[in-house]
Amino acid sequence: MTENKIIKPFLRLSGLEPLVVRPETNFVNIGERTNVTGSKKFARLVREGNYEEALSVARQQVENGAQILDVNMDDALLDGEKAMTTFLNLLQAEPDIAKIPIMIDSSKFNIIEAGLKCVQGKCIVNSISLKEGEEKFLDQAFICKSFGASVIVMAFDENGQADTKQRKVEICKRAYDILTTVAGYEPQDIIFDPNIFAIATGIEEHNNYGVDFIEATREIKKLMPLTKVSGGVSNVSFSFRGNEAVREAMHSVFLYHAIKAGMDMGIVNAGQLQIYEQIDPVLKELCEDVILNRSEDGTDKLLAFADTVKAKNKAIVKDEAWRNEPVEKRLSHSLVNGITDFIDGDTEEARLKYPKPLDVIEGPLMDGMNIVGDLFGSGKMFLPQVVKSARVMKKSVNYLFPFIEAEKEKTKQANIKAGILNIEGAGPAKILMATVKGDVHDIGKNIVGVVLGCNGYEVIDMGVMVPTEKILQAARDNKVAMIGLSGLITPSLDEMVHVAKEMKRQNFDIPLMIGGATTSRLHTAVRIAPEFDNGVVHVLDASRSVTVAGSLLNKETKPAFLSAIKAEYDKLKKDFGNKRSAKTLLPFEKAQQNKPVINWESFNPVQPTFTGTKVFEDYDLNEIYKYIDWQPFFIAWEMHGKFPQILNDEKIGEAATKLYNEAQIFLKKIIKEKWLTAKGVIGFWEANASNDDTVQVKTKSGKNINLEFLRQQMAKAPGQPNISLADFIKPESDFIGAFAVSIHGIETHIERFNKELDDYSKIMLQALADRLAEGFAELLHEKTRKEFWGYATDEHLSSEELIAEKYLGIRPAPGYPACPDHTEKYKLFELLNATQNAGIILTESLAMYPASSVCGWYFAHPESKYFGVGKIAKDQVEDYAKRKNMPVEEIERWLRPQLDYDA
Amino acid sequence: MKKTIKECLNERILIIDGAMGTMIQRYKLEEKDFRGERFEDWHKDVKGNNDLLSITQPQIIEAIHKEYLKAGADIIETNTFSSTSIAQADYDMQSLAYELNVAAAKCARNAIDKFLAETNSKSEKFIAGAIGPLNKTLSLSPDVNNPGFRTVTFDEVANAYYEQIRGLVDGGVDLLLIETIFDTLNAKAAIYAIKKYFRNTKKQELPIMISGTITDASGRTLSGQTLEAFYISVSHANPLSVGLNCALGAKEMRPYIEELSEIAGCYTSAYPNAGLPNAFGEYDEQPEETAHIIEEWAKEGFVNIVGGCCGTTPDHIKHIAEQVKKFKARELPVLEEA
Repeated sequence: MTENKIIKPFLRLSGLEPLVVRPETNFVNIGERTNVTGSKKFARLVREGNYEEALSVARQQVENGAQILDVNMDDALLDGEKAMTTFLNLLQAEPDIAKIPIMIDSSKFNIIEAGLKCVQGKCIVNSISLKEGEEKFLDQAFICKSFGASVIVMAFDENGQADTKQRKVEICKRAYDILTTVAGYEPQDIIFDPNIFAIATGIEEHNNYGVDFIEATREIKKLMPLTKVSGGVSNVSFSFRGNEAVREAMHSVFLYHAIKAGMDMGIVNAGQLQIYEQIDPVLKELCEDVILNRSEDGTDKLLAFADTVKAKNKAIVKDEAWRNEPVEKRLSHSLVNGITDFIDGDTEEARLKYPKPLDVIEGPLMDGMNIVGDLFGSGKMFLPQVVKSARVMKKSVNYLFPFIEAEKEKTKQANIKAGILNIEGAGPAKILMATVKGDVHDIGKNIVGVVLGCNGYEVIDMGVMVPTEKILQAARDNKVAMIGLSGLITPSLDEMVHVAKEMKRQNFDIPLMIGGATTSRLHTAVRIAPEFDNGVVHVLDASRSVTVAGSLLNKETKPAFLSAIKAEYDKLKKDFGNKRSAKTLLPFEKAQQNKPVINWESFNPVQPTFTGTKVFEDYDLNEIYKYIDWQPFFIAWEMHGKFPQILNDEKIGEAATKLYNEAQIFLKKIIKEKWLTAKGVIGFWEANASNDDTVQVKTKSGKNINLEFLRQQMAKAPGQPNISLADFIKPESDFIGAFAVSIHGIETHIERFNKELDDYSKIMLQALADRLAEGFAELLHEKTRKEFWGYATDEHLSSEELIAEKYLGIRPAPGYPACPDHTEKYKLFELLNATQNAGIILTESLAMYPASSVCGWYFAHPESKYFGVGKIAKDQVEDYAKRKNMPVEEIERWLRPQLDYDA
Repeated sequence: MKKTIKECLNERILIIDGAMGTMIQRYKLEEKDFRGERFEDWHKDVKGNNDLLSITQPQIIEAIHKEYLKAGADIIETNTFSSTSIAQADYDMQSLAYELNVAAAKCARNAIDKFLAETNSKSEKFIAGAIGPLNKTLSLSPDVNNPGFRTVTFDEVANAYYEQIRGLVDGGVDLLLIETIFDTLNAKAAIYAIKKYFRNTKKQELPIMISGTITDASGRTLSGQTLEAFYISVSHANPLSVGLNCALGAKEMRPYIEELSEIAGCYTSAYPNAGLPNAFGEYDEQPEETAHIIEEWAKEGFVNIVGGCCGTTPDHIKHIAEQVKKFKARELPVLEEA
């Protein structure tokens, strides 16, 4: 960490997801339809209280590409505060809408404040101004800031709304100074609205309004470069109401120039914008004349033109020229303009023209999408239009699909013959495709997906903005053969590095394919490939992906292909540090030397009241009931929370209480009708630690049994011991205990519930039997401490001493963290004769039957405590195997999760 | 002259303490212990109201603080997770909210004074006034059939926090820590209350620490925000630190703390649970296990403040402190101005 990271002063907003306005961010679209002053439909829905429909208006805006949602409830017939609160509260429950930031829009500040109190994300307030003087302006600015909102400042002061460039700039600068110096605003949180007014109204003073806005924007961005400029675009064409063709053209031309001057965002009906390049050249020229005010008779000419357009049907005007072009041009036109009307016919025509259906996709369709990509990249197309283009693309591909399927089957059969699919009949290899978190770019990935699909692979498309964890989970769940990542924006590069790192950390062994506009072979080689060892390949385009996938998924070609790629990338990559985690395990001998130091001289083991075993045939379930810990019961039902608080939990409290009450009734019935029997056995024996990790138990019959334990091998901080359970037994004349308990009698009832198809009662019974077994173990442990062994006869000490007393004795179970070897259960069962005394059978994998059984050792030493052995190394495993007189391989099999090495 | 927290943060990774509740459980307190003399005749059961112990058993709270100080904590959290009128309503103790906060801050102060005197130490120790998430949320409806319904208003939440903040400041805390945030709007109400309190009283504003909770592998808060969205939503607090705590163990928290270290302009903090609860609802991750994971964060330069949440003990804190002290703290990013 030699160089500090840099955090750029971007405008950052949030809904459920972030919106960062970067210099390379194209124009930000603010959805305008959730505004009662602008949308009659929305106003009617809100007035009628039909909020469900009102929400669907918001959803539509998001689907059409709105990146911020403007919400306005300024209507004389509405209680604005209430409507704002109701709508925003409801909106929070709709993740597909709430994901984008909210712009709270009102001319009444009380409504703004009400809105701010409902939204967790960082909002924009629209708007505040100097209209009523500085004091009021500051008050409102402070309030907005205490909610963390960015503000739109209207170019409005005590003397009215600014119309000239000079006034606009002056007022904005004055507001800026107050906000940054007095109210503590960051410049990037200030957005100016320098007022877009109607032009071409016939009034001469209005003619320069377009220029005033554009030039004011330029000046504002020069003076205050971090601030943003926004505006309500549709105002500009107000005088052409009813003539949508001209209005859309005017908006497009206006935005084209305003954005070049620095306008960052605007309230627009983005789905309806015309593309600047596509405007009829005559109309474009006329629009430019009025907007830039460069011709005295511009207004008249535009009006005259508008009349001619008005007379005709808009669609027909657009139709004529391009419908006569060759099919490739027509497809491309449809794609760029998002027109779906003719796509099926044109696609069919192209399909007949080209040798294979796939050629249509890779040829004219891809060419069209390339144009879309270029226009988008140069700021001449906006996201919503690109989304529309993608829809056309999908429609066309969809049309081709059945033809491709037929083709695909042919290819697949050929592939099977060629051995590219390694398992006959097991279906095609699966490839997972995703656009990484934070990126919405879909098209390239979809194309790659389509192309791969066409070549006989099954593509699982995760969509866009997919977090790493979701990608990897889906990869695991679907057992995919390869992961493909896509991204368009620069930050996606880091996200891809992150995915690679996580794939490595989580031990994935499938290759990773990288693609998308922003990616490159060099970046892949230098940043991504070093993070993941099992193959990272950059693919330049969709057609290339087929070769890459073919080489990677064919077992025979894969190694050679990967090593060629690796050699190539290594060459590209200079000396790039590749970190390796240091081994943290100690040599076993060292770990043994670092055992806890226990002063045995001052420890006098308490003699248990008996040695040998004591059997409990049919323990009173009413007694055990008191020892039940209910929290795990709820976990068994997948209800997570602390008991008893869970019963009052806001979300699940009601259900939890119901479950709890039913469990009580059920349990009473079980006890009353004697469905179940509690059997148990405990035992105590003389014992001593005969070796570092061995405890020798002397049975009454004179036979000695050696219990073998495992020791922590992790490198510890200075002064911290490496613990083994054997450390808690004195080297001579100590004692050890053991227990095994079980709940019997569940089977006949389970069978009955199965017959009755009553899963609820079945699970309930199983869960309760488990709880009773645990409760029984808890009960016997307490009785052991206080009575049978009696080393803690007075446990009810209060205050601080209790902490120490709490550690008086543990009951660890073989197979659990402190003694993870299940095979020691054999010895425990032998000592207790548990199969006979408690009716528990050990399965070959050393599970206990009945399932509701618990067993463990008793340790009495005050310093004994629960711990986890953690990872162990080969040297300990070898020593342990020797002590247990078992083959190393068998021990390794039982202790696999503990091993720090591959075996 | 003692160093300020910022000076300390520039020098090293600071350690925040571990779980209070886990430690209180060890005392196996009964109803009568919770009541103490003063609430002998209280009309509702109060067992489980851990925050009440700051008044009725201050010696226990002090002793727990001291254990964490001994283990190496630089920052200790007051026992005030639920010391608001809203959370205390469960016990009908809403009128005690202010007093609980003052008392808890005093327990922490006494613990530090005694610890420094006993160890003859001059090191800097800080008290973070803990501001919990409340049992009522502003962004979520408790009624699935009525998603627009809320049990509480922003103003009610902000007022409850205001009273808590007043108590914490009067009790003498050094920092204010809004923690275990699962609904960002609640946290925004707390920030709102803090800003309002210091504006009204004209006192010097205390540094604010903010700690959110990513609930599961979805990478989002309970109220649905991604980590970055959460960070953006609270950054107007101008916090000393932003971080994560609770819900996840260190292993699960890693990708999020890594991401946060990339985007946060302020210091970062992380105090995970001791792993995920096992089948018995207990936390059994060993101190050294937690410490090894956090050690790696320190090595990677992800963190400035680390510690533990549910299930962690002084032993965990001790191990964590030992492991991270050999690493440099995360360097603050440069905030570009233009």
